[in-house]
Amino acid sequence: MKTISLDGAMVPLAEGQTVMECALAANIPIPHLCYLPGFAPHGSCRLCTVKIDGRFASACTQPAMEGQHVEIDTEELRQVRLSLLRMLFVEGNHYCPACEKSGSCRLQKAAYDEGMLDLHYRPWYPNRQMDASHPDVLIDRDRCIFCELCVKASRDVDGKNIFGISGRGIDTRLVVNSKSGLLADTDISAQDRAVEVCPVGAILVKGRGFEVPIGKRLYD
Amino acid sequence: MTRIVIDPLSRVEGHGKVTLRLDAENRVAEARLHIVEFRGFEKFIQGRPYWEVPVLVERLCGICPVSHHLAAAKAIDGIMGVEKLTPTAEKLRRLLHFGQVLQSHALHFFHLASPDLLFGFDSEVAQRNIAGLLKNYPDLALKGVRLRKYGQEVIRMIMGKRIHGTAAIAGGMNKALSFEERDALLENIDEIISWADASVDLAREIFLSAPGCRNFAKISSPFLSLSGKCGEHELYDGHLRCRNAEGEIVFDEIADSGYAGLIREEVKSWSYMKFPYLVMLGTEAGWYRVGPLARINNCDLISSPMAEARRREFVSDGWPVHAPLAYHWARMIELLHCAEKIRELLDDADITGGDLRVETAMGREGVGVIEAPRGTLIHHYRVDDQGLIEMANLIVSTTHNNRAMNEAVLQVAKQEIGGKKEVTEGMLNRIEVAIRAFDPCLSCATHAVGKMPLRVEAVDAAGDVIWSVEK
Repeated sequence: MKTISLDGAMVPLAEGQTVMECALAANIPIPHLCYLPGFAPHGSCRLCTVKIDGRFASACTQPAMEGQHVEIDTEELRQVRLSLLRMLFVEGNHYCPACEKSGSCRLQKAAYDEGMLDLHYRPWYPNRQMDASHPDVLIDRDRCIFCELCVKASRDVDGKNIFGISGRGIDTRLVVNSKSGLLADTDISAQDRAVEVCPVGAILVKGRGFEVPIGKRLYD
Repeated sequence: MTRIVIDPLSRVEGHGKVTLRLDAENRVAEARLHIVEFRGFEKFIQGRPYWEVPVLVERLCGICPVSHHLAAAKAIDGIMGVEKLTPTAEKLRRLLHFGQVLQSHALHFFHLASPDLLFGFDSEVAQRNIAGLLKNYPDLALKGVRLRKYGQEVIRMIMGKRIHGTAAIAGGMNKALSFEERDALLENIDEIISWADASVDLAREIFLSAPGCRNFAKISSPFLSLSGKCGEHELYDGHLRCRNAEGEIVFDEIADSGYAGLIREEVKSWSYMKFPYLVMLGTEAGWYRVGPLARINNCDLISSPMAEARRREFVSDGWPVHAPLAYHWARMIELLHCAEKIRELLDDADITGGDLRVETAMGREGVGVIEAPRGTLIHHYRVDDQGLIEMANLIVSTTHNNRAMNEAVLQVAKQEIGGKKEVTEGMLNRIEVAIRAFDPCLSCATHAVGKMPLRVEAVDAAGDVIWSVEK
């Protein structure tokens, strides 16, 4: 049986698995945001950065190979993850206290898990266009972390191809595939996987916020 | 002309300062309470979705977030065409608000005001605080802490957190009260009622026995509050009622959505807190008071027996009661009322019901008015056709009392400082005592956050600082 070393634990390795898949199968946690089983890995958030045989790599995209030594839970990597999380927070407007995704947000959970206590960097306070044009679904672009899960879900699961990521650097934003660029002119539905899959409060079903009480939310 | 500045005010919620202008004979020519912080909630919630607002605006305050949460929720109900909640949802909201008022009143009386009242206005400043109270009156101080804790527990069981939780949503509530939670609250309620009753005794005795309480900072004004269908004391929902200084009805049975026709706000360059006035009486004569004193003076009865007996006692020796220090007595009567009503609601079978929400339909505008611990709280929102807030108007309890607090400060300044050669800490504390009687929340009033600053400066006619004192 082929094996891989994850923080010293010898874990079985199946053909074609990534490091992330090996770890998840062995119940060894690797923090991650843009990776979701069932979708092709993207490696955009870099939160799953690990050290493989002394080199940094994203666990979700790196093929697992026999004999690899993978470091996950080290102080060095914790600092890397903290920096990545802080940058994600300051690049958007992530005001957890008034966000309806609070308690069910993967970005917030990752920050709690990694012990993030401050932003460290100066916030950018972006002011991107909110899209509330659709009767049932809303986009708050200032909360988008560009994970592309909605892009893949809409294209590959819903078969609608509604979302895309456009622009570069600070101008990167979530765009809508319609003539007007507005959600109202798409056939999106509140039941779409693309809506459900958003890990943060960027794509929301209208009028549903705070229906789940504290104590019953996903990560309470 | 000499200018004295008290900056920061202490033992109130938020930032503020007082300036006094004295003429050449040290007579008080002018007294102003300035609110020096700015927050701008009315502006920055524009563009946010309507369902986010009750949770967003409760961050206005860490003391009365529930009141903001519920006032906003009532306004959102209005936007969403909700005319009546389910019995369980309405009772849960009322229970939540009784918990809020109970904890806030306990905090104010025991933590903030009682050191002045028990130690004396001129007592040693080092002991005039909650730590001094715990040392010298440990039983009383602990009861105050536990009363507040009980109110916070009511809030926690309904909102999931003691401060800044979630509960009210358009058309209802997001969580039922379990039998276990109800039983846990019932376990202590008789003791809480007993302590609340004793607190009324204490506040009453201080007011009636302490020399000068009746005439301290004495002002006379109309009173505004919500009132129930039968003229009863009301904290959660009712119509607007106003009595003039003699106790005669100025207006009554005005739907809360009609507030804009009754009240306007004046802006002055020296304060971030606006100056509301009654339109029919004009800017100069139209100032009024809200809060416990206004509510107890305004109502015809209180719907809980022990508090009603205490109300009758309160108004038995001259009504309306105008003395600002009577706010404390009225506040403790309300504390008792809240405790009694909490027991009544916990004994009601509806409180553990599961029918929490009614159907909603998108509209454009809503007004929510509630009696927060410090007085009438008005939230008014309009949304666009996509459900985003396009207009917000918040008239917060403390704001209503703005002119009244300025008038009270002027009275105390004239009584205590005018004509005196030297200004002592005790004299300045009297000014703060007058302001504290209103239990102002300056953070709410400016829709602003922060610590309370008290600095006193004497400035000569040329505007140069001659001396300053800070505490």
